[in-house]
Amino acid sequence: MSTANNNQISLDDKLYTVRRKGLKASHITLNEQVCKECTKRVCTYICPAEVYMWDEAEKRIDIRYENCLECGACRVACDCIEWSNPIWGAGIVYKNS
Amino acid sequence: MASRSLGIMDTRNVLEESLNDVSEKCEVVIIGAGPAGISCGYVLAKGGVDVVILERGQYPGAKNMFGGIFYSNQMNKLIPNFYNEAPVERFVAKKHYSMLVDGSEIALSFESEEHKKPPYNHSFIVKRSAFDKWFAQKAREQGATIICGVTVTDFLWDGKKVAGVTTGAGYDNALLADVVVCAEGANSLLSEKAGLRNRLSMRARCIAVKEVIGLGKDVIDERFGLTAREGAAYEYFADVTPGMLGDGFIYTNLDSLSAGVGIVVSEMYGQENPVSPNELLERFKNHPCVKPLIKGGKILEYSAHMIPMDGYKNIPKPYTDGLLLVGDAAGFVNNSVCHEGMNMAMASGMMAAETILKRRKEKRYDARALGLYEWLLKDSFVLKNMKSCRDFIDILRTHKEVTNDYPHLLKDVLTKFFEVGEVPKSVVKSNIFHMLRKRINFVKTAKTFASLLKNGI
Repeated sequence: MSTANNNQISLDDKLYTVRRKGLKASHITLNEQVCKECTKRVCTYICPAEVYMWDEAEKRIDIRYENCLECGACRVACDCIEWSNPIWGAGIVYKNS
Repeated sequence: MASRSLGIMDTRNVLEESLNDVSEKCEVVIIGAGPAGISCGYVLAKGGVDVVILERGQYPGAKNMFGGIFYSNQMNKLIPNFYNEAPVERFVAKKHYSMLVDGSEIALSFESEEHKKPPYNHSFIVKRSAFDKWFAQKAREQGATIICGVTVTDFLWDGKKVAGVTTGAGYDNALLADVVVCAEGANSLLSEKAGLRNRLSMRARCIAVKEVIGLGKDVIDERFGLTAREGAAYEYFADVTPGMLGDGFIYTNLDSLSAGVGIVVSEMYGQENPVSPNELLERFKNHPCVKPLIKGGKILEYSAHMIPMDGYKNIPKPYTDGLLLVGDAAGFVNNSVCHEGMNMAMASGMMAAETILKRRKEKRYDARALGLYEWLLKDSFVLKNMKSCRDFIDILRTHKEVTNDYPHLLKDVLTKFFEVGEVPKSVVKSNIFHMLRKRINFVKTAKTFASLLKNGI
């Protein structure tokens, strides 16, 4: 755990504070062809968990779906993202929010 | 449903079997155990209805998050003096509205002795993971069945009427109901499937991130000037989300703080130098006027959620044949400075229950019969408050100077005014007046503020 008076706490440290029940499969899909041609890449900065990362070498978006906080903002910001709620109680389990 | 052949003809269905094969049935199914869903379930169960609430989290509250302020009139009606037994963190004794401008702060603080006595102005700070769990237990005690760890993925349709819900392929996963109440929350995927909404637009949602920061009760009391169960609600505007519509907040829990930032999604889209919600929160926490408040705290939990910004003019029709939308799913949030959400969720849940109880005698749940729900909403504070501040967001959207330029101007004016020196005050005042004349058009500014007062608050 990090102290709040550090200048910057890494996002990974923050995500580590969230309890989860493991996801068996990705609940997010996107259209790779559209991603290749996309110039805005809003998914890479709209997500509070930075689930979406542009891989320059592979020319594709990497999805770290297991970090998802289930807010759904990515789906609102980008029409090519298909997002569904994790099933059977998987995903985030907030204990302090 | 008995002997009628109800083949699934629609592509909206995931069930391959016919509804006849579904054996599980109840009177009312509610999707989601948040404040809207639980309130609805509570009232229905109390009225003797066979009601099942399906919650996708491992327990009620596991997937729920909000800023922290709960207006509790509805709860107090349902469970009088609930705050004596419910897990509330603190009541709101102090309200603090602040503009952050560069490294400075301009603030208005309000503390009223009348609000420090029961029922504490119906304003409490709560953590949803604890509070929703408690409230769900209260609904269970009334006779509601709550099943957790179950994600509703689609509706079952009997022609054009919603006839139940499904949680996956196969009739084992289907549950029939006379009427369905959708309390799925701000990420309203099912409301879209029901055809009551288009795919959510970027203007219709705000993305909010929050950290719960652990800090001793004594430290919090001292820093915020509180005693016993008094709490503080600090709201921050202007440079928290530079150039974008949004705000920041710090609310005091008992022995932790909730610090967060919310930004309208459309405002983030296409920025020249994109900043993520997490980065905005970090900047907010490191502002020289905010940093001392959270100093030394440990992050207990990071969370994110969307906030409906549909507004009065864009809320969906909240009912169709066999289905009612309540709470965030229906966009019932007052986006003005009052931040009403959970109270509207509860009120709408209770009105949905009232509608169902009225229509239960004839067992009529078609759209015409359920239209009563909308009448109740129109007659209540839910739609009245949303109506009275219907232009708030639009005014701020089209008058960016209100959040971008005026706070800077005000800061410059105050800096000049309070500056200690040997320049005569008459000269200072004249300088300030010239500065104002140069930077604003008085008539235009007055008009903007008049419209904000009229249709904004």
